[in-house]
Amino acid sequence: MSPFLAEWWDLRDLGNLVGAILEWISERGAPDWVTYVLSGIVGIVAVLLWAILSQLAFIWIERRVLGRMQVRLGPNRVGPWGILQPLADALKVLAKEMVTPRNADRVLYWLAPILVVVPAILVLAVFPFSPGMVVADLNVGVLYIVAVTSTATIAVFMAGWSSSNKYSLFGAMRSVAMLISYEVVQVLALLAVPVFTGSMRLGDVVAWQDNYNAWLVFLQPLGLLAFIIASAVEVNRSPSDIAEAESEIVAGYHTEYGGIRWGMFQLAEYVAGFAVAATIVTLWLGGWTLWGLEEWVPGWLIFLAKLYGTFFLFIWMRGTLPRIRIDQLMGFAWKFLLPLMLLNVLLAGLEKVVWTETGASAGLVLPAFAVLNFALTAALIVGWGAIAGGLSPRMRAKRPLLVREVGGIYYQPLP
Amino acid sequence: MAMRTEPFVVNVGPQHPSTHGVFRLRLTLDGERIVDCQMVMGYLHRSMEKLAEERSFTQNIPFTDRTDYLAAMTGNLAYCLAVEKLASVPVPPRAQWIRTIMAELQRIASHCMAIGTFINDCGAWHTPLLYMMREREKVLDLFELACGARLTTNYMRIGGVSRDLPPEFMPRLRDFVKEMPQRISEYEDLLVENEIIIARARGVGVLPADKAISYSVSGPMLRGSGVAWDLRKADPYAAYDQVEFDIPVGTNGDCYDRFLVRLAEMRQSVRILEQALDMIPSGPYQTQVPLALQPPPGEAYGRIESPRGELGFYVVSDGGPAPFRFHIRSPSLINLTPLPELVRGMTVADAIVILGSVDIVVGEVDR
Repeated sequence: MSPFLAEWWDLRDLGNLVGAILEWISERGAPDWVTYVLSGIVGIVAVLLWAILSQLAFIWIERRVLGRMQVRLGPNRVGPWGILQPLADALKVLAKEMVTPRNADRVLYWLAPILVVVPAILVLAVFPFSPGMVVADLNVGVLYIVAVTSTATIAVFMAGWSSSNKYSLFGAMRSVAMLISYEVVQVLALLAVPVFTGSMRLGDVVAWQDNYNAWLVFLQPLGLLAFIIASAVEVNRSPSDIAEAESEIVAGYHTEYGGIRWGMFQLAEYVAGFAVAATIVTLWLGGWTLWGLEEWVPGWLIFLAKLYGTFFLFIWMRGTLPRIRIDQLMGFAWKFLLPLMLLNVLLAGLEKVVWTETGASAGLVLPAFAVLNFALTAALIVGWGAIAGGLSPRMRAKRPLLVREVGGIYYQPLP
Repeated sequence: MAMRTEPFVVNVGPQHPSTHGVFRLRLTLDGERIVDCQMVMGYLHRSMEKLAEERSFTQNIPFTDRTDYLAAMTGNLAYCLAVEKLASVPVPPRAQWIRTIMAELQRIASHCMAIGTFINDCGAWHTPLLYMMREREKVLDLFELACGARLTTNYMRIGGVSRDLPPEFMPRLRDFVKEMPQRISEYEDLLVENEIIIARARGVGVLPADKAISYSVSGPMLRGSGVAWDLRKADPYAAYDQVEFDIPVGTNGDCYDRFLVRLAEMRQSVRILEQALDMIPSGPYQTQVPLALQPPPGEAYGRIESPRGELGFYVVSDGGPAPFRFHIRSPSLINLTPLPELVRGMTVADAIVILGSVDIVVGEVDR
């Protein structure tokens, strides 16, 4: 009897199921390359299946949660509690006619919906779902995330340009403008993580957090906040869904797309959202670890729980916040976030130097850093907001005057 | 290096998520900046003013539901006022109070839609709109209780209202009046101090008081520009001379002030309803008027403060059973006239917000 069947009650073996099978194959004398290729195929298929299935699940969850937030029920007709609604929608999208506008640049128009999905799925390769459970354990994982996610914008621009629609062009231009601004912020926010961990391999980052029992969110609160904002922009979620702002430019870059091509854009958006959530979980929230619970529960369950929790944050933001204007969004990146992120990297470097130079114990240094960084984050956000933000008194909300008599004029222009 | 650029024209509407119906804007853009704006209307033109000349005075009341379909009660009221003035029909006091109650309920419902769609235009994903729909639904339930219809009510009659309030109306109105202030506080918590809404609407689409007056705008748009003008006080009709309320007045004349004025007006409407609950007398609800009313030759102009501004009906009679001339002074159309000036130099996103803050109903713009 194989070992993983003998201890079937140990849930952790679920995570190593694939590993155990591969081990079993190699024990039977298969050459190394067979197990290597097999593990690659299994990993790719598993990640793809997971991405698509959990997208279907999350469309349902998002619609139900948004429904509750908006004092309505959400989809509840197809299947129990409407759980089959995304499936029905997917079938509908597949069956729909795909229209190509007469003046479209046909090649680019065809290519864009395919290219936009590729980076979203590629980036999922580097996330360790649990120890050893990763498709490609790259030693430059953090860099890979940045490099791959930003290429999606090329596809978005292709879509907007080739549609020969002015709204699409608007969406595409806005998308590129946002990428240029927020990529810088995103990279700087990510940069402070390897400064602490000394490695860009995502598995090492998680191991570092596990080792020192310190999630990086406690050491890098400012970095995480900036990353959440920047990634909301990058994956086009509210309050910065400017590239596809429904109330302004109809649907932005995918106005002209229909049928499964439109579905591909939706797929890319969700999967990119998962990728962002996975980045946040891996780099800041301790990946598959949860203060010893990983001894009892398979790591990938903890990872997924954290990932979905993080994604819920994006749903919540979508249900609450209005949209910012594009110039305000750009101003926010360059005037507010960028200086803060530069400071943040400097701070992380200084702390690392202090730690290594003094040789102080981690148990002493890390709590001190955590307290210091939280205090600094609060002070910087409030202070910098007062200096650079739009908090000037003339912008403040002022309740309207209540007048009893008609006829007076109370107009006072803004200074 | 100076790049040679050319302005290009974008067609916003008539099918567009944010034009509130079939309204069309031709925007000439330089990048995201608006160089010029042309309004194209008439997609919902139903020739009501001409049609009305073929029908009797009573038969014209349903038309007034359908001009401003988000505020049917106030449309009914303004038309009935004009005809009553023309034919010198007295209105019993109970009917006056019922009209006041209905007009204020309608104001709440209409402002709910106005604020909700305005925040939607600011880019919120329907959440505030759906919260406000919840309260609007309650108002519509009250309308249904009173007259059987929810949207196109056709409730007012020349000389009163079509039927008396049912006995269960008053308790339900009392519940509504008790509940509504908390709901308004809820909106204020979510929206008023919201940093993004302030950023989007403060200082955007500023209409100075003198311009507002010379463009003849009215309603929340005029009050948002700092002019204290409200026909309910300036030229009281129905029972407004007997209730106490304040006029909310903005000071900056921007989109944000218009939004705040609407929010504050909802509170004042609740205040009027509170007083009406205690002050409504019993008695007849209608003066009997012949169905084929033939007013003496002459002309009359009945005007009220509708949720969107001064709604006026100008009716001319030649002594026959149908009006000789029928004209609607619709606030939506006239509030729209400063739009090209407001959006010039702003971005596309601002234009949508400004259009939302004007709060048009295309049925009333085109008639």
